[in-house]
Amino acid sequence: MSIEVSMKVNGKPVSAEVEPRTLLVQYLREHLGLTGTHVGCDTSQCGCCNIHLNGESIKSCTIFAIQCQGQDVLTIEGLAEEDGTLHPMQQAFWEHHGLQCGFCTPGMVMVACDIARRLPDADEKTIRHELEGNICRCTGYQHIVEAIESGIKAMNARG
Amino acid sequence: MYEFNYHRPKTLDEASRTAKEAEDGQVLAGGMTMIPSMKLRLASPSDLVDLADIDGLKGITIGPDTVTIGAMTRHHDVHTSPDVQKAIPALAALAGGIGDPSVRHRGTIGGSVANSDPAADYPAAVLGLDATVETNTRKIAADDFFTGLFETALETGEIITAVHFKIPDAAAYMKFPQPASGFAMVGAFVAKFGGEFRLAVTGAQDCVFRMTEMEQALAANFSPDAVAEITIAEDDLLADIHCGADYRAHLVTVMAKRAVALAAG
Repeated sequence: MSIEVSMKVNGKPVSAEVEPRTLLVQYLREHLGLTGTHVGCDTSQCGCCNIHLNGESIKSCTIFAIQCQGQDVLTIEGLAEEDGTLHPMQQAFWEHHGLQCGFCTPGMVMVACDIARRLPDADEKTIRHELEGNICRCTGYQHIVEAIESGIKAMNARG
Repeated sequence: MYEFNYHRPKTLDEASRTAKEAEDGQVLAGGMTMIPSMKLRLASPSDLVDLADIDGLKGITIGPDTVTIGAMTRHHDVHTSPDVQKAIPALAALAGGIGDPSVRHRGTIGGSVANSDPAADYPAAVLGLDATVETNTRKIAADDFFTGLFETALETGEIITAVHFKIPDAAAYMKFPQPASGFAMVGAFVAKFGGEFRLAVTGAQDCVFRMTEMEQALAANFSPDAVAEITIAEDDLLADIHCGADYRAHLVTVMAKRAVALAAG
């Protein structure tokens, strides 16, 4: 039995009829075709599903689409400019090679943007602590942390 | 997960009634425990009653002796509240150690307390600070609230509206976190109220409990030495894939010592 839900995703209004049990990550991936947000675990620990809800990072695998009625969702696809110019955090991940397989990367970038917003002075130790909800199996985190340090500086500079 | 009916009532009465009248009704707060449980089919309510639209359940109020936190207040908001940081810094710190930043943007104190996970952090604060849990029908003292594994004194359809924390002279929380989940393998919350002490332990048994022998020792000597030699029997403790009962017993004393050291300053 489906319910009508409407929200804004990456600035555009969207609506659909979904079952209450449809997770936001399923709605984004399967209904909207925004497959940049990933599903990595069953336990809300890995962070691959990270997006922004009303400007704050949350785990889209642990919220129902219908809970987001009338709200504002930003996914990894919504970060770059219309003309394709990368968001400073994306640019930083590229320049510092903050990924290998890329599976955790959208979640890392979304959380990194949230860290930059809340803690613009974050040092390495703080960044590592703030990444507790994001697991990477490839990199050992070193370049991810460097990318985030650089991305935060770039975001601060741009204002 | 299994199908369910979703409700988003505007009032507490409507929420309570809907939860009670459903075949297997469940209230939804932040969802950080409920939704993963449903995904794993450990929980399969027929009806989910979302509290998100109900007024008056969010917010932090500081009184002369009490910090009152609305049940739907998120961990992030308790952690970053300058008022809580000033009045009960141990509580703000505890909230900041739950889960991870994204989880803290959704998880709530009401959800944590109503769930009474054996390894959750907030129950240790509620018990350690002799808090009062206010519901839509009554007020429940901390000592009466946590009754067993995921069990509390709450009745069907009874909804937590706020938690009232007494402001202590000193308090601290120390947890030994499970490295992936961040849950407390053992966590100790100590609080000083004049000459009286409370020391609540989470992660070690079916639910949070007080180490009364340690509390008495602290009343005579407010220092880590007072609790250093006090141990708890292994047989009473949980054993799981993360930690044997013997290591948990060891951690209880160590976390208690560290909490006392932090509180004594």
